[in-house]
Amino acid sequence: MYPKRLWWLLAVLCLCIALYLGLGARGNWGFVLSFRANKLIALLLVAISVSTATVLFQTITRNHILTPSVMGFDALYLLTLTVLIFILGGQSFTQLPEIAQFIVNTLLLMGAALALFGTLLRRGGHDLFRMILTGIIFAGLFRSVTSFLQRIIDPNEFMVVQANSFARFGRVDTELLTLAAALTGAALFAAWRMRHRLDVLSLGDESAINLGEAPKSGMFQVLVLVSILVSVSTALVGPMAFLGLLVVSVARQITPVISHRILLPSAGLVSAITLVGGQMVLERALQSTMPLIVIVDVLGGLVFLTLLLRRKPR
Amino acid sequence: MIAIRDLNHDRDGKPTLREIDLTLQSGGVTALIGPNGAGKSTLLSLIARLIPLQQGQIMVDDLQIGVCANDVLARRLAILPQASDAAPLLTVRELVGFGRYPYHKGRPTAEDDEKVEAALATFDLLPLAERRLDTLSGGQRQRAQVAMTFAQETDYILLDEPLNNLDIAASRSLMRTLQDLARNHGRTIVIVLHDINYAAAYADQIVAMKDGRITHQGPAVEVVTEAMLLEVYGTSASVHHIGDKVVVAV
Repeated sequence: MYPKRLWWLLAVLCLCIALYLGLGARGNWGFVLSFRANKLIALLLVAISVSTATVLFQTITRNHILTPSVMGFDALYLLTLTVLIFILGGQSFTQLPEIAQFIVNTLLLMGAALALFGTLLRRGGHDLFRMILTGIIFAGLFRSVTSFLQRIIDPNEFMVVQANSFARFGRVDTELLTLAAALTGAALFAAWRMRHRLDVLSLGDESAINLGEAPKSGMFQVLVLVSILVSVSTALVGPMAFLGLLVVSVARQITPVISHRILLPSAGLVSAITLVGGQMVLERALQSTMPLIVIVDVLGGLVFLTLLLRRKPR
Repeated sequence: MIAIRDLNHDRDGKPTLREIDLTLQSGGVTALIGPNGAGKSTLLSLIARLIPLQQGQIMVDDLQIGVCANDVLARRLAILPQASDAAPLLTVRELVGFGRYPYHKGRPTAEDDEKVEAALATFDLLPLAERRLDTLSGGQRQRAQVAMTFAQETDYILLDEPLNNLDIAASRSLMRTLQDLARNHGRTIVIVLHDINYAAAYADQIVAMKDGRITHQGPAVEVVTEAMLLEVYGTSASVHHIGDKVVVAV
């Protein structure tokens, strides 16, 4: 029954893609298509990275509420960005070639993400509320340091920070896209190869050991994949906040299984539909310049609250 | 045969197991009993490699715990996971199917599918096969988990207080199942039990523990005595013999 739903989702996605590429295109088709295709690939890449990272993160933390963003990753991104500009200065930061900016950003974020999530998982164990609390406190700390630094730097540099603080799909260039696609492609492939092990890991530590899997090394491998996926997509377009939570929650409603063979594609498809479809409606139908991520955040925030309040006591 | 030599274990700086030397022959049901904090569950978790070994040696036949690869052990020894709600979305058939994971690593063959069906049939789970775990009663869920370990086809099955939260009917049925697995399928069952009467009624051998040490080992009629209850539990309950069974009046 569920594989059939995946085909439906794929059909909807294809429709969204066709509309996104074709709707309102006038003049030189070749030019319009190549311009839009670039943006489309960025959208798809980010969509699938974020959804996969969220599913993986929820599998090893064994809950359906936490996502890398909720655990303070976005605040961490702003902090690294601000520190980078604070040290380099706004001028030299913007003068860096985009590819260098991207690589520095990604590497810093990956290191920071591994440190953050590793600490949270080791200290918090599987106590959900302790992890949420620690994540919130970390995020608060990161934000305070960020705003402290932002007060010190001069207004021009502050503008550079602001410009990079929100997810934007307009500015992605081709070279960057190729690099990002290669990195996330490798991580996604590794995640897909792990799908059966992920099923076993999601049963719990004791069950995983009983079935011959080592939960600790599995968790570490998953964390590395998560940090690659979130770092690359965040360095590419900016923080995505509640996107992961929103799309994975919807995917869990459409395909309520624990099998990652179904769940990973389902979440990826829902995520791609949300981004591509949402962008299509905003850009083409509503002619709006409002960033899509604002709407996603409002919806995702509501989903987060609902999940937290409706959570069944264990 | 499970052979444990010179086993010591500390938890949070406090000694939980001291100088354990224990040999469990293959076959039959062995019950571990003792007061709370005696170290029964720790001992079982160590045998099942759920917690890392600190000092001493545990051999399961020719496989050494802590040295042997995890997935090789998973085909020799199984521990019944606590009746958890970790995977409420699983159907009974999917759960039992996980028992074959150590063999197929995610790509079940026709033979694996047959063994899952056989396990479902053996435990009368076919009518429930498509039901999700969160729609089952505690006893049914426990039965599904035993079916999973059955499908895992390990020589040794360990269980940590599986009777918690089960009523008398479900408890008796589970203990009979385990007895049947030992007698008719050649499995070796090691089970931590709180209730001495269940241990006395169903176990072929009882191992009593106190303060991290093993105090008694032998058949129920020899181990369950008023003197043992006083020594191990510090309570003076009377012990009665009914036929060849021994019963503690509580």
